[in-house]
Amino acid sequence: MPALKRYRWPLRLERRQKPSTAMRIWCAPLAALAMLATGLLVFGALGKDPVAAFRVFFVEPLSSLYGVGELLLKATPLMLCALGLAISYRANVWNIGAEGQLTLGAITGGGVGLLYGNTLGHWAQPVVLVCGVLGGMAWAAIPAVLRTRFRTSEIFVSLMLVYIAQLLLSYLVHGPWRDPAGQNFPQSQPLADNVLLPALLDGTRVNVGFMIALLLAALSWWFGNTTAAGYRMRVGGLAPAAAAYAGISGQRNIWLALMISGGAAGLAGVCEVAGPIGMLQPVVSPGYGFAAIIVAFLGRLHPLGVVLASLLMSALYLGGESAQMELQLPASVSGLFQGALLFYLLAAELFIGFRLRRVQIA
Amino acid sequence: MSLAVWVTIAASAVGAATPLIFAALGELITERAGVLNLGVEGMMLVGAMSGFAVGVSSGSLLLAYLAAAACGMLIALLFGVLTLSLQTNQVATGLALTLFGVGLSAFAGRSFVGLPIRPLPPLRLPVLTDLPLVGPLLFHYDALVYLSLLLCALIAWVLRRTRVGLRLRAVGESPQMAHVLGEPVIRIRYIAVLFGGAMSGIAGAYLSTSLTPMWTEGMSAGRGWIALALVVFGTWKPWRVLAGAYLFGAVTVLQLYAQGLGVHVPSEFLSMLPYAATIIVLVVICRDPKTILLNQPGSLGRSFHPGY
Repeated sequence: MPALKRYRWPLRLERRQKPSTAMRIWCAPLAALAMLATGLLVFGALGKDPVAAFRVFFVEPLSSLYGVGELLLKATPLMLCALGLAISYRANVWNIGAEGQLTLGAITGGGVGLLYGNTLGHWAQPVVLVCGVLGGMAWAAIPAVLRTRFRTSEIFVSLMLVYIAQLLLSYLVHGPWRDPAGQNFPQSQPLADNVLLPALLDGTRVNVGFMIALLLAALSWWFGNTTAAGYRMRVGGLAPAAAAYAGISGQRNIWLALMISGGAAGLAGVCEVAGPIGMLQPVVSPGYGFAAIIVAFLGRLHPLGVVLASLLMSALYLGGESAQMELQLPASVSGLFQGALLFYLLAAELFIGFRLRRVQIA
Repeated sequence: MSLAVWVTIAASAVGAATPLIFAALGELITERAGVLNLGVEGMMLVGAMSGFAVGVSSGSLLLAYLAAAACGMLIALLFGVLTLSLQTNQVATGLALTLFGVGLSAFAGRSFVGLPIRPLPPLRLPVLTDLPLVGPLLFHYDALVYLSLLLCALIAWVLRRTRVGLRLRAVGESPQMAHVLGEPVIRIRYIAVLFGGAMSGIAGAYLSTSLTPMWTEGMSAGRGWIALALVVFGTWKPWRVLAGAYLFGAVTVLQLYAQGLGVHVPSEFLSMLPYAATIIVLVVICRDPKTILLNQPGSLGRSFHPGY
């Protein structure tokens, strides 16, 4: 009976009658737990006491006010980038070059702060932030033009622009913007005090950028759930053919998605330069723009989810640094966890629409 | 500018193109089966790291390449399980594979950073290698360069002329129809994904054990993405992909020699060239919608659920 022999596996996937609400909420926490379990296994395999490693990774970095400040500080660029990416991905526009848009935001915002910071007085901070946003938008406009006019995949273009932006920044800090008094280090002069973003809490480094990110999270919820433009973008992402039939412009959705995600990433970049870094240097981000892709998915492309996911991802970065110092583990261990997290999440998301059923093996 | 210098440049362009050829041909097979694997960069890095590690530890480059291919397949299997068996989104899973591969290779390869390795030696062919001009231009490469050409010919032949190729293309064009005709769609796609993983692994190992004989974190520097773009540029045809890879090899190498050729541009701008060239080339290919529509595998990037 060859027809019965087809199912050699005692479990099989079956589409649910309707998507499971419980799984929709729990898939992200489940993925985080699975990643944690993997982490403990990896620590064990490396000959570290898993419990002690867990403490070093997740508890110690957050056990002081300064540590909590660092958590919020690192969550800021992740949150900003991921909020934009979430809107973009919901519209089925795959901007994966947030890292490049972040870098360009750092260049334009930081550059204006560097060259004109002294002359801007009280207006320095808003002007610099706006320049950062515009820089990110300009960089995202390239894939937008090429996608809408020449149907070129925004995936490749936005990613290639990451490398170009990083090389541009490297050229600037090695060349024209190098601090003449900097002993030949490839970095710019420190930004003037009136450009730097004010700290939010005494004794920490977290700055107003975090408040802006929270504000934008609320704004993006409002945009996605109550405005016509947000609705059009979601429809365009879910059912492009239906959207086109209803007269929704796909081109406008692509432009909006890339401008929003590019601008947000640019803001993240300038917040780093005018915040914790305080100058331009060859590398302004340890891969926040790429980690934000994971954050956006982990947050299930929902603003509230993104806020929570960016805090978790920030804790991963802090834990990685702490493990590097105390356990002599390489910093790359957080990269490993980030990738694993996204895998687990994608696998867990499956169970929103499907479930496992035992089947009789004939 | 003497002829000898141009010969050197051409020869290094061939070297720079070889990893792109392996990675792009592997991805070509994967995409011809209808699966878009954006994890090439991650698989290349895993291959580069594992190949280098095995090469240094065992002293055998053959073992190094076998290990790289095996590790590439292993991590591609992860992608396969997720996208083929668990029906996850191929774009997101491919990105996850790249991010995971970058992290995994950096983590597992940390004790191999800075170690030396003896690179793959060029083959010495009797008489041919010693010919003037033609010798250094055509007959002074390592085995992998010749293998990449053979591979291209083989893939072109299999795709066009054999039953295996026909089944693969059928699965990529219309998995529903292939399923109805009794083709094991998911199994064929698994094989295609694993083949892509093995080729990316070899491409990575070529980087770390021959082209720049050393291992550093993230050493592929976007080559995996360029290989992905080459598949589009080559409109999913092996020989065009090969030609595209040599073109990119030339761009990459010219950038290194440009200073010597009297081009006074900051080195960062020259380093941008391969990335900028990728964008330009994609625009040129995609400008005419018919090129893509006619050549792209019909089900590229879409999950297939046989409906049981």
